Amino acid sequence: MTDLATPASGGKTSFINDPKVRSIGLQLIALLAVVFLGWMFVDNASENLAAQKIATGFGFLDNTAGFGINQTLIPYSETSTYGRAFFVGLLNTILVGVVGIILATVIGFLVGIGRLSKNFVVRLLSTVYVEVLRNLPPLFQILFWYLAVLSAMPGPRNSINLFDEVFISNRGIIIPRPLFNEGTGTVLWSIGAAILAVILIHYWSRARQEETGRRLPMLPIGLAILILVPLAAMYVTGFPIGIERPELKGFNFSGGARVIPEFVALTVALATYTAAFIAENVRAGIQAVSHGQTEAAHSLGLRNSQTLRLVVIPQAMRVIIPPLTSQYLNLTKNSSLAVGIGYPDLVAVFAGTTLNQTGQAIEIIAMTMGVYLVLSIITSVIMNAYNKRVALVER
Amino acid sequence: MKRLISTFAVAGALGLAASGAQAATKLEQVKSKGFVQCGVSQGLPGFSTPDDKGSWTGLDVDFCRAVASAVLGDPSKVKYTPLSAKDRFTALQSGDIDILSRNTTWTITRDTSLGLNFTGVTYYDGQGFMIRKDKKVNSAMELSGASICTQTGTTTEQNLADFFRANNMNYEVIAFATNDEVVKAYDAGRCDVLTTDRSGLAGERLKLTNPDDHIVLPEIISKEPLGPVVAHGDDQWFDIVKWVLFAQLNAEELGVTSKNVDEQLKSTANPEVKRLLGTEGKYGEGMGIGNDWAYLIIKNVGNYGEMYDKNVGPDTPLKLARGVNALWSKGGLQYAPPIR
Repeated sequence: MTDLATPASGGKTSFINDPKVRSIGLQLIALLAVVFLGWMFVDNASENLAAQKIATGFGFLDNTAGFGINQTLIPYSETSTYGRAFFVGLLNTILVGVVGIILATVIGFLVGIGRLSKNFVVRLLSTVYVEVLRNLPPLFQILFWYLAVLSAMPGPRNSINLFDEVFISNRGIIIPRPLFNEGTGTVLWSIGAAILAVILIHYWSRARQEETGRRLPMLPIGLAILILVPLAAMYVTGFPIGIERPELKGFNFSGGARVIPEFVALTVALATYTAAFIAENVRAGIQAVSHGQTEAAHSLGLRNSQTLRLVVIPQAMRVIIPPLTSQYLNLTKNSSLAVGIGYPDLVAVFAGTTLNQTGQAIEIIAMTMGVYLVLSIITSVIMNAYNKRVALVER
Repeated sequence: MKRLISTFAVAGALGLAASGAQAATKLEQVKSKGFVQCGVSQGLPGFSTPDDKGSWTGLDVDFCRAVASAVLGDPSKVKYTPLSAKDRFTALQSGDIDILSRNTTWTITRDTSLGLNFTGVTYYDGQGFMIRKDKKVNSAMELSGASICTQTGTTTEQNLADFFRANNMNYEVIAFATNDEVVKAYDAGRCDVLTTDRSGLAGERLKLTNPDDHIVLPEIISKEPLGPVVAHGDDQWFDIVKWVLFAQLNAEELGVTSKNVDEQLKSTANPEVKRLLGTEGKYGEGMGIGNDWAYLIIKNVGNYGEMYDKNVGPDTPLKLARGVNALWSKGGLQYAPPIR
């Protein structure tokens, strides 16, 4: 193998004109410059911090936080550490992100399809929804949901009472809480087993349909398994899962679980705002599928709903997924607007209170940025994997 | 977002500032730019609040004017930076402001690990609770289970946790980034109780829809010595800011006011007053400013008692009695080292 691509050394071209050497050299210089800048930043910062006697390092994460947080998904008290407060804030951010993304997707798809409806009223309402919500700043919408809607709510003593089970007031939504007694494990296992069974039957019925053309009524069979199996398990173990009902005591309700109004306002505002953008993505995706596809499906004898489900949406998904990913990322990042209404997300708890109490700006901001970066990358990775699955396979 | 940006700013400033170069002293910087940059609150009646013409008034504002009088001879040479509780220390660390005069509590953590120096106490305060009258609560000990609104990044948040834990009571805290958000949420009924320093409660109450529907509970759950703050690294500036307050306190003790200061300057035989007003000794020189520094403060802003009465005293809407903020000679805590 003689190398024809690169000129032999000692030839006419000089060493400096060798494209390979050149590109490696330039990249090396660029890398060195970046490393040097980074080193200079870190070195200068630590020197200046030391000169002003400002504490540095990550030791503060083990110190006692000493402040309260009103929504904690993991056990937390005033005697917990700053490190624990970090995780409380992180989980609160993730909670808004996940619930918001699910809500936004559902609303977005409904409104997006509504924009293409043949019904004039549905089309008009969808258009108004999109144009109003995507043209108002998100912080303003959050404040609207928080201040305008909250001040219209009654106090805890005059809560809106739904069947003595759910109470809505300006303290949030209070719902009964499940109590897990002994034997819960068995019931949970039975639920898992039921789900697994439904999935297996689903695959089997598919294979059978491909072979014989006969369809199995999956919906009733699935529902029956999902309800009856756990019910039987409950019966056998003597109904271990009870319910704790909320009760009005003193200032607030005690017992039951409470969804704080800050969470409701933030999630609803972000979900409805992002849904307006998703709706437009969905509309664009559906319109990108040429009408010939629908006509072809109809001529094969598929019904309208089948055409939408089996022909149009799978093709539209390819156009919808990439911009949808960006909307998911936006929603998660916009959740940092929580500081405006006192929802204890990562920015409020960690980059807010913790930063203020410890004064360690560089460490805390770096950690917070790292978290948002990681959350965004995880979202992208999941969405890219899904995108690959639905992407057009060229043969 | 603005808050995040300012935090980035301090990270950037600390990272990029040339470390080796010998910078000018704070006093030289202030003299050459011709004004004092003063960090104040975003609006706390009595302490620092902008009026309808956009000029700032209050006890903390007057203190900045006193510093400008001593250093530049003109109380109007102050520029104000409104800061939330959360941003205040970063603004000082990064050098955006020369003094932080923003009802800030002096604690060991802030004094020793944030790179700051507290220069004294302009107001001895304590944390209290405000609640609607119709809740029929007369003591903080009856607050178990209450929802409590407060501002994030304050000592208040931690005192609250301590108080409820020590008394074995439950509570829910909702922490907002700015004072206005706290007041709005309390007014909207999101929480039963609003907590902050008692002087702050007196001011915040005036912002509520019906101030008379609310009462401040008698308990004081913490010590909140509020005072001006400067950054580490410039002892001369630290001395100046510290002695501005001491001069005002000494003036009150000696009976020198903005009204009689000119007369005293001419006719007094009291050597203490002479030293204060700079006719005897050269005490300004030691700080790098004019010997008439204290005269300028008293002439332009007044002594401590005048400053107190004008902004927060019994004749103002806040109606705060002198209490522990009276001079030591009158049974209070305010005490200044002598000028000699």
